[in-house]
Amino acid sequence: MNLDKDMQEALLTFITESCELLQDMETGLLELENEENPETVNAIFRAAHTIKGSAGLFGLEHIVRFTHVVESVLDALRGGNLAVSTELVAALLPCCDYLNSLVRDVADGKLEEDQNIADSGKPLLAALQPYLKTPAATETGVVYRDHAERVETIAGNAIGSGNWLLFLQFNENCLRDGMDPLAFISYLATVGEIVDITTFSHAMPDAGNMDPESNYLGFEVILKSEAAKESIESVFDFIRDGSLIHILPLENRIPYYVELISSLTEDNAQLGELLLNSGVITRRELEEGLNAQQAQAEAQQLPARIGEILVDRRVVQQPLVNAALDKQKEIQNNKIRENQAIHVDADRLDKLIDLVGELVISTASASLLAMQARNTALQEVNAEIISLVEEVRDSALQLRMVPIGTTFSRFQRVVRDVSKELGKDIKLVISGAETEVDKSVVEKIGDPLLHLVRNAMDHGIERAERRTERGKPAQGTLRLNAYHSSGNIVIEVSDDGSGLDRDKIFTKAVERGLVQPGTVLNDQELYALIFEPGFSTAEQVSKLSGRGVGLDVVKRNITALRGVIHIDSAPDQGTIMSIHLPLTLAIIDGFLAGVGDASYVIPLDRVVECVELPVDDSRDYMELRGEVLPFIRLRQLFRKNDSASRRQNVIVVEHLDLKAGLVVDRLMGELQTVIKPLGKLFSHVQGVDGSTILGSGEVALIIDVPTLLRQMVFPGNAL
Amino acid sequence: MQSLTIEGELTVFTAAYQKTLLLAFLNTGDELEINLSKVSEIDTAGLQLLISIRREAAQSGKALSFTMHCKRRLATPELPRFTQAFGEQAAFSHNEE
Repeated sequence: MNLDKDMQEALLTFITESCELLQDMETGLLELENEENPETVNAIFRAAHTIKGSAGLFGLEHIVRFTHVVESVLDALRGGNLAVSTELVAALLPCCDYLNSLVRDVADGKLEEDQNIADSGKPLLAALQPYLKTPAATETGVVYRDHAERVETIAGNAIGSGNWLLFLQFNENCLRDGMDPLAFISYLATVGEIVDITTFSHAMPDAGNMDPESNYLGFEVILKSEAAKESIESVFDFIRDGSLIHILPLENRIPYYVELISSLTEDNAQLGELLLNSGVITRRELEEGLNAQQAQAEAQQLPARIGEILVDRRVVQQPLVNAALDKQKEIQNNKIRENQAIHVDADRLDKLIDLVGELVISTASASLLAMQARNTALQEVNAEIISLVEEVRDSALQLRMVPIGTTFSRFQRVVRDVSKELGKDIKLVISGAETEVDKSVVEKIGDPLLHLVRNAMDHGIERAERRTERGKPAQGTLRLNAYHSSGNIVIEVSDDGSGLDRDKIFTKAVERGLVQPGTVLNDQELYALIFEPGFSTAEQVSKLSGRGVGLDVVKRNITALRGVIHIDSAPDQGTIMSIHLPLTLAIIDGFLAGVGDASYVIPLDRVVECVELPVDDSRDYMELRGEVLPFIRLRQLFRKNDSASRRQNVIVVEHLDLKAGLVVDRLMGELQTVIKPLGKLFSHVQGVDGSTILGSGEVALIIDVPTLLRQMVFPGNAL
Repeated sequence: MQSLTIEGELTVFTAAYQKTLLLAFLNTGDELEINLSKVSEIDTAGLQLLISIRREAAQSGKALSFTMHCKRRLATPELPRFTQAFGEQAAFSHNEE
C-alpha cells in the first residue's frame, strides 16, 4: 500500500496518538485494578474506540479487528455487564502491549498484517472470549411492566431487520372517538415496514368488567424505516393527546446511534442538540423535555438534567444519553486541549533552540564589540537585547520541558509485572511527577531508571516472610521521586528493603580485583563499586537481574547525560539511589576562565567561589577557611607548556560531596553558552563535556566537573 | 364441543352486543370453538374483545379455540399487513387449514 504525503503525515499523527492512547489505556487499567471508577472505564473505552476508528481510516484492518474485540469487552465493562477483576485487567494489559507492537510495526512501514504477529495475537483474543459472553438480550432499554402480559405476538419477518421500536398505548376513549389504533398502525406502513407487532393487554380488566368500547390494548411495534423519527412520530399526530407514544431506536440499533453520536462534529456541545442531530429524538420531544425541566426549575425544585428527563419520558434510552454525554465531554476536552497544547515536530523545536543558541553567541560578540568601541549608547541597547535574548532562550528551553510524570507512570506497569514475576508484593509510590525536565533527558532516562527499579525490586526489597521477621510491613514500597535542585533535576529511586550490604560488596569487590584487600573505603566509595562492570552480589541469578549486567550500563547512560548517581543506604531501612541530571542538554550558564591563550567554561552551578592562589605555592592543596582544598591545575591537566602568569586564581568547584579548586590564569566572568558536542573522534575524552564558541569567535572547552573530581579521588582512571 | 360462529362486523359498534353473546357462550361448555369465518370486519375493539374472552376462558380452565377459515373477509381494508400476519401466524389458535 502506498500512501501519499498527506496520508503519511496523518499516519504519523495516528501513530503518535495511538501510542499516547495506549499509554492512557494502560494507566487506566492499572488504576482500575485499585479502584473501580466509571470515569476510568469510559476513558479506556474511548481510547480503544478512537484507535479503532483511526486505524479504520488508514485501512489497517488487522488493528481494527483486534481493537474491536477489546472494545467490545470494554463496552461490556462500561455497560456494567462485566465487573472489573484482576483477571480481566491481566487479560487486557497484554492486549495493550500487542496493539502497541502493531502500531510500532505500522510506524516501521508494515501496513499489512504479519502472519506471525497475527498468531501471537490469537491467544490474547482467546483470553478475552470469556468476557464477551454478556447475558443474552442485554436489557439496557425500557423494561415493560409485566412480560406475562405479553399476549400475542403477530410476527412476520425476522426482528433483526427493524430499526425502530414503537410503544403505543392509546388513550382509553380513542375507540369512542372513532379512532382505531389498528388503523394508525396500518398507516405506519406508509413510512416503513412493520416487522413485528406484539399486543399487550395487561391494562384490561377481566371480561365481566371490561368496557368493550374502551381501549385497553397496548402495542409494541418493530418498524423498519428509513424515515426520520419526526415522520414516524407524525403518524400519531391525531391520537397523541392522552396516549403514550414512545418511539425509540431498537436495542440492536443502539450501537449504531452511539457511533453516530460520537461521530458528530458539533461545536455546540448541548446534550439535547447532539441527540437531536443524531436523529434519535425529535425537536418536539426535546422541547417538551426542556419545558419540563423549566417547569421543575420554576417549581423551585432541583431540576433534573435534560438527559434524565428524556430517559424518564421514554423518549430515548440511557445508553444513547450516555453516548451523547461522552461526546459532549469529548468536545469540551478537545476544546480544552486545543487551547492547551499543540503538537510540534521535535526537529523544528531543536532547530529553534539551535538558532537561539547562535543568537546568544552573536549577542555576546556584539556586546564585546560595543565595549571595545566604548559606545555607551550601543552598550545600553545591547544590554536590552541581551536581556530579551535571555528571555527568548528561557522560553525556548521551556518549550522542551516536559513533566517527568509520564515516564514515572510507566513504571506502574513495570512494578506490577515484576512483582508478580518475583512473587513479591510491592507498591509503587510516585511523587514529584510534575517536575519538569528537558524532553531529551526524559527520553534517555527511561532505561537507566528501569534498571534501577528492577534492581531495587529484585535485590533491595526482601520477601514478605523476611520483612515480617524484621518487623516491616509485608508489602514493600518502591518510591520514585523527582525534584529540582540548583540547576539539576534529581530523580530518586528508593526502596524500603534490606539496604546495601557493605561487607558483601567489599568481599565481592576484592574477589573481582576491583579493590585491594584491606583498603579503607567510605560509604560513597564502597557503594560506587556496584556500578563497576561485572559486579553483582545477588546470590541467585534471577531472570531480572543478578547477572551483573545493568548497573554499569546505568552509570554509563547517566554519565552520558552529564549526570551522576548518588547512593544512600541504611541496613534494613532501604536504599535511595538519586540521579542528578542537568535540566537541559543544550545551553548552560558558565563561568569563563583563561589558561594561557585558551579559554575554558566551567558550568556555573558547579562553581562555589573564586579565590586568589597563594603566591609561590607549589603544593597541590591550599587551606581554605580551615579546610584542606586540593587543586587541579588546568595547565597541567591540559598539558599546556607556556609559563603560568604571575598571579593565578582558584575556582572552587563542588559536586555532591567532593570539592576542589581549579587553578587558572584569568577569571573572565559569567556567560551563557551553547554546548556543541565534541566530534566523534573525541568522544572518549574525559573531563570535557563539549565545546562552545565565544563571542570573539574563539572555541572554549567546557569542563566536566563531576568527572574531573572523581578522577582526582580515584586517580586510577587516567585522563 | 360447543361452537359459535360470529357473524357480521366485530367492531366498536357491535362490541357491547358481541360481548354479551361471547360471555354467554363461555358458559355453555368446557370445550369451545369460535368460528370467525363469517366476520366481515374487525377493529381494535373486536380484537380486544377476543383477547378478553380468551383470557376469561383460560382463567376458568376452559379450552377455547378460534378458527378462521376465511382470511380475506377478516381483513379490513385498512389492515392488510396486520391481518395478513394475523392469518398466517394464526395468532389466536393453531388452526392449520
